[in-house]
Amino acid sequence: MSTEDKTMTKETGAPQLTAKDLASDQDVRWCPGCGDYSILAQVQRSLPSLGYKKEDLAFVSGIGCSSRFPYYMNTYGFHGIHGRALAIASGLKAAHPNLSVWVATGDGDCLSIGGNHFIHAARKNFDLNVMMFDNQIYGLTKGQYSPTSLYGQKTKSTPLGSIDHPFNPLLVALGAEASFVARSMDRDMKHLASTVVRAAEHHGFSFIDILQNCNIFNDGAFFLYTEKETKPDNTVFIEHGKPLVFGKDNNKGIKLDGFRPKVVSLEDYSVNDLLVHDEKSKELAFILAHMTDMPGYPMPLGVFLDIERPVLEDDMKKQIDKAIEKSGRGDLNSLFREGNTWEITGN
Amino acid sequence: MHTTIETADGKGKKLVDLIELDEVTVRFAGDSGDGMQLTGSQFTSTTALMGNDLSTLPDYPAEIRAPAGTLYGVSGFQLHFSNKDIHTPGDKPDMLVAMNPAALKVNIKDVREGGAIIVNTDAFDAKNLKLAKYAVSPLEDGSLRGYKLFEVPITKMVTTALEGIGLSMKEITRSKNFFALGLCYWMYNRPMEPTLAWIKEKFGKNPMIAEGNERALRAGYNYGDTTEIFTSRFEVKPAKLPAGTYRNVTGNEATAIGILAACELAKLPGFLGSYPITPASEILHELSSHKNFNFRTFQAEDEIAGICSAIGAAFGGSLAFTNTSGPGMALKQEAIGLAIMIELPLVIVNVQRGGPSTGLPTKPEQSDLFQAILGRNGESPLPVIAASSPANCFWMAIEAARIALKHMTPVVLLTDGYLGNGSEPWLLPKAENLPDISIPFATDPETYKPYSRNEHLARPWAVPGTPGLEHRIGGLEKKHIDGTVNYEPGNHQFMTDMRAAKVKKVQDSIPEQDIFGSEDAEFALVGWGGTYGAIRAATERLLAAGKKVAHVHIKYLNPFPKNLEQVLRRYKKLLIPENNLGQLAFLLRANYMIDSETLAKVQGLPFVPSEIEVAALKSLESM
Ligand code: SF4
Repeated sequence: MSTEDKTMTKETGAPQLTAKDLASDQDVRWCPGCGDYSILAQVQRSLPSLGYKKEDLAFVSGIGCSSRFPYYMNTYGFHGIHGRALAIASGLKAAHPNLSVWVATGDGDCLSIGGNHFIHAARKNFDLNVMMFDNQIYGLTKGQYSPTSLYGQKTKSTPLGSIDHPFNPLLVALGAEASFVARSMDRDMKHLASTVVRAAEHHGFSFIDILQNCNIFNDGAFFLYTEKETKPDNTVFIEHGKPLVFGKDNNKGIKLDGFRPKVVSLEDYSVNDLLVHDEKSKELAFILAHMTDMPGYPMPLGVFLDIERPVLEDDMKKQIDKAIEKSGRGDLNSLFREGNTWEITGN
Repeated sequence: MHTTIETADGKGKKLVDLIELDEVTVRFAGDSGDGMQLTGSQFTSTTALMGNDLSTLPDYPAEIRAPAGTLYGVSGFQLHFSNKDIHTPGDKPDMLVAMNPAALKVNIKDVREGGAIIVNTDAFDAKNLKLAKYAVSPLEDGSLRGYKLFEVPITKMVTTALEGIGLSMKEITRSKNFFALGLCYWMYNRPMEPTLAWIKEKFGKNPMIAEGNERALRAGYNYGDTTEIFTSRFEVKPAKLPAGTYRNVTGNEATAIGILAACELAKLPGFLGSYPITPASEILHELSSHKNFNFRTFQAEDEIAGICSAIGAAFGGSLAFTNTSGPGMALKQEAIGLAIMIELPLVIVNVQRGGPSTGLPTKPEQSDLFQAILGRNGESPLPVIAASSPANCFWMAIEAARIALKHMTPVVLLTDGYLGNGSEPWLLPKAENLPDISIPFATDPETYKPYSRNEHLARPWAVPGTPGLEHRIGGLEKKHIDGTVNYEPGNHQFMTDMRAAKVKKVQDSIPEQDIFGSEDAEFALVGWGGTYGAIRAATERLLAAGKKVAHVHIKYLNPFPKNLEQVLRRYKKLLIPENNLGQLAFLLRANYMIDSETLAKVQGLPFVPSEIEVAALKSLESM
């Protein structure tokens, strides 16, 4: 590894990594034009600033296009089985709390076959960083509808349109009590990079719903939100402590009307009338996440919730330390002799 | 091997004429709320302290609190104790304590002819008789004439004894199991002190209940002493067991202790990923209370997460385990395939129960042998070993971990509900005499290749956090040495062959198959797992009767020991008792073209020695 032109990290004094250091020697095999490339690039670009050492990073995945991710990272990596990335990552984090553990998963892997692991990992609050590549389709199995596909969406397995009501991933995460919930998208590199950093900085379960274009099976699913002409009027970027302003000329805003958000024009209202985002409010996170499904409302992006609560692997370690403090480090001979024992002599 | 009891049978003498006995089998039976498991385990602890060899078998219903008085709500606990080395919880009980008509009905068929029966007559009212589907009270219709019947109004006696200490009627009647226990202590000449001490400790916070139980225990003991219906007491002298320190241990406890020992011997932090399932949960409970061994227990959201978290922990450098029973094992199979592909050490403990599907959750069976060896997609070999007795679970847990580490592979350890819940005295090892099973982690970036192999064909274990060893693993086929994803035809053939060869290589590090019994036998009883005790006891009886028989008990089921074929070919005839329809027989035929006879028992009950003895005699005759 070449060390020239590297800055030193604050914590370790070791040379800071570059994006290139984090790229493995494997050819990246996603379809040309796939949104996954951008996600990979943003992760490789943003992690070095956090001062990790390469060997302290682990990427775990399940099955699907997104789950090839670990092969392209020159870190420790584990490509698991369908839906189980979070269960594997939980065990890894529990056993090895010093690692920074990342999970690359998709809408099918995470919310369908892996749904149970998702809600429980969120609830248990392991310090994991989960990036869900949300393309609203099954890519690797060639185009069936997924748990986030829209009602009525035509896919290989729904030629007459999907009759499933989709999950709103943010609401699933919030309902499962994830302590960090965010949404970003493949085509907004700056926002994605900064969201990845925020997730890494959060101590506890971090979930990012990343809107990702599958140009083969669901091309343009998010163009309304990602393309220059339509993006400003159809997205709202939420930031802690800031009023919710959006629109081409920053001429629109979101105001609370009771429990309901309301789109208002800044010609009629002042910025001071608008809803101010608070990442610490669970209630607000739910209200904003709901906007996703409300017709005529902009797609909300940003960090919805970032709160602290006990982290499972920390508590696990604490209980072990306490047990050792109380009864001393376990000793096999005394373990064998627990309970009633008796001696047989001289037969 | 003749005992006083058995000769007494033959000569028509009565049990009450006998004072000193070689062995006794007692069964306590009552409603699942009657505290029979507690009575049984107290009698067991006291008997263990008296220096007898013993073996126990709890038998409880799947329902936690089945309706009182019903046949399906009967809970039982059988204990066999002796002045010599014994292997099973006994054939037919010499004494049955039946707390109600249902308990009598369910258990009477097992009691040996002429055996003793203590009944709580107070429970034989019209309602309970009806619930037990007795048209006429068995105490009155002469159907118990072949037994020595002791009719004791236990409820009344307890009510009188506990009068005035301020307990409610419900609390008072709850103490009746202690009365029965006290009476049995008197009959078999056991001291009350260990149980008295236990009551003090257990109910210390509730002195009234403690006093109630103590009074009930003493009342039972005194009842034996004073009433005229009991004219004899029985004595079983201590057994001549190898010298050393002993404790009583159930198979599940022994497995958990073995797991902790394995981690210490491997010098690794331990991890158990687990989901509650009968009859395997005690392993999780036991390990959860030993965190001071730097052992992590994780109760996962399901069976799949149980094993997947363990796989993650193994990737992270822990000695990882997951425990389950049949249906949970089925759910774990895809992940076991992953562990085979990524070649990390992992131990899967399957405490087998009756199947298929939910089957008989609380009853033992050994019908997961196929599932363990063959139950996955693709060519997916892994080592499978089985414990043979409750205490043996300790040794096999260490052995499973040793193989997993040395060969970098998942290993299945099969036990069953009979071993898991059953107990026996365990000759305690000294930690300093246990083997070192540690292996080194890979640390050298110059030489490290994820799928290179050592002389055991094991790949190196590189733990995240090690600089320069960053690598990726996963369920996709790997290139030999490199470990990168690879779909080439030749490589898949090579790697498939390699995984098979690696498991076969385990043969080099396991003991050869041993034989018990006559040198010149032409007939052998062959078994595996929990049938050990019953087969061994039957073999001993046949040998004592002058029959030429051998017992071959297989602990290593995949791969089989190197010399197994040669051992089996010594015999003209093989009889294989199995708690399944012949899974071992199938494997032996498939591997060696050796035929055998199967004695199949799938009743949710273990074999008793006499069943095997009878079948063996029949088989011998037809030779
Ligand atoms: S199928 Fe879709 S998601 Fe998968 S790699 Fe191709 S473009 Fe990307």
